[in-house]
Amino acid sequence: MFITEYFKTIFRSVKSLLTGMRLTGYYFTHPSKTLTQEYPDNRKELKLADRFRGEVVMPHTEANEHRCTGCQACELACPNGTIKIITKQEILPDGKKKKRLDTMIYNLSMCTFCNLCIVACPSDAITMSQDFEHSVLDRSKLRKILNKPDSKLMEGVE
Amino acid sequence: MTLLYSLSGLSYHIQSWLTRLLGNTMAVLVSEMVIVGLCLIGFLVLLSFTLGYMERRVAAFMQLRLGPNRVGPKGTLQIIADTIKLLFKEGLTPTNADKFMFNLAPYIMIITTMLVTAPLAFARNFQIWDLNIGVFYVSAVSSISVIGILMAGWSSNNKYSLLGAMRSGAQIVSYELSIGLSLISIVILTGSLRISDIVMSQQNGWWIFKGHLPALIAFVIFIVASTAEINRAPFDLAEAEQELTAGFHTEYAGMKFAMFLLSEYVNLFIVSALAATLFLGGWMPFHIGSWSGFNHVMDFIPSSLWFMGKTFFVIFIIMWFRWTFPRLRVDQLLNLEWKYLLPISMLNVLLMTLVALLGWHG
Repeated sequence: MFITEYFKTIFRSVKSLLTGMRLTGYYFTHPSKTLTQEYPDNRKELKLADRFRGEVVMPHTEANEHRCTGCQACELACPNGTIKIITKQEILPDGKKKKRLDTMIYNLSMCTFCNLCIVACPSDAITMSQDFEHSVLDRSKLRKILNKPDSKLMEGVE
Repeated sequence: MTLLYSLSGLSYHIQSWLTRLLGNTMAVLVSEMVIVGLCLIGFLVLLSFTLGYMERRVAAFMQLRLGPNRVGPKGTLQIIADTIKLLFKEGLTPTNADKFMFNLAPYIMIITTMLVTAPLAFARNFQIWDLNIGVFYVSAVSSISVIGILMAGWSSNNKYSLLGAMRSGAQIVSYELSIGLSLISIVILTGSLRISDIVMSQQNGWWIFKGHLPALIAFVIFIVASTAEINRAPFDLAEAEQELTAGFHTEYAGMKFAMFLLSEYVNLFIVSALAATLFLGGWMPFHIGSWSGFNHVMDFIPSSLWFMGKTFFVIFIIMWFRWTFPRLRVDQLLNLEWKYLLPISMLNVLLMTLVALLGWHG
């Protein structure tokens, strides 16, 4: 009937409004929930989301080993030409020739942090770090070499 | 009931001192008016600073932010910095605007809001003008502000301003009715339009408790309709930022804009003060039946603090609305008034009459 529908509408809308007010009221009475980070002041205890993308890094083990096989999948996946991979020929102990990573150049000034290189990498050699304080006075400093000097490919990664 | 200190005592001392000093009745009257006017302007400016700061902080906390927290302790001086910025801005008048009307509109807004503060009872025996039609005066004078808004919108010669002003006109004209009816339902109980009588009638309990269900409904309708009346979100169609840049005050800058802002905050204070006076007992302390010990403790809190406390409680509720609800569309806005609030408040007046006739209101 019309009149019952009328009062039902009022009841429903008042209920939904009160639900909204309960949520904002909860936020108001719980200041610890605040998401704002007073950044330069809380540099020490800064909390970043897990999915935050700062820059591309290549993790190395203590034995100075990385997982990059030099397959260039990341270079192909990058839409901006941020990554440049230079490979070298290495002669293995059994006399075979093998392609190995020489230098991985990462140009931070061109990176849009789209994560496509990390997705493309078949051997999980590169990840996104949480470091975001990238500002430098000289542009050439943004061109980084990701593999450390004299680093080797980890055993068992093909 | 003896209070340690009171504002009415202060005003009495000032009056007797002026009478002794000047002697002439006319001179005393004029100098009193000047003093009252200056005090009122100072109070309203301070009030809008407080409300501006409060609104930002409340909004921030409700949206999981921090709000202003850099200028001064806890960001309290941010609003002073903003005022100084507004003072130094150029008071620009657009070339194609109607210059006289454009410059007149902010003054009309500010004069209207200042006039409405006259019958408000700020504390015991502390009122600027206790006229016998106080409630009617407030609702009548406050609707002049729509002229100011229309004037500002139309003279700006800007489509957004005009749209905002027209929306505001439709809104204020519709919601005036519900406000009037919810005011009437309290006037039925008190039998007087005088603000001091309304406050005195709540000596043994506030109307929101004594008036049973109809008073509660009237209170809710008053809060909703007055939120619409002062063009605050969720009824801020007149200045809807996302659609109309800033609505009727798009073209205003500097102190002229600050006047609109001031009148907006003072209007917020006025409707909250009116709600506090009519439904929550004005400056009356909170008393519970026969608990004389408790009642005596409550009497020790100054009446001005009671009034401001209740007013700020209502202001907080209206701010809570603003930062929770999404904006209504124009048709939804008019639906809400003409299909829901108006019929309900009409029925509510009938119910209230029944309560008054049966003498249930004590």
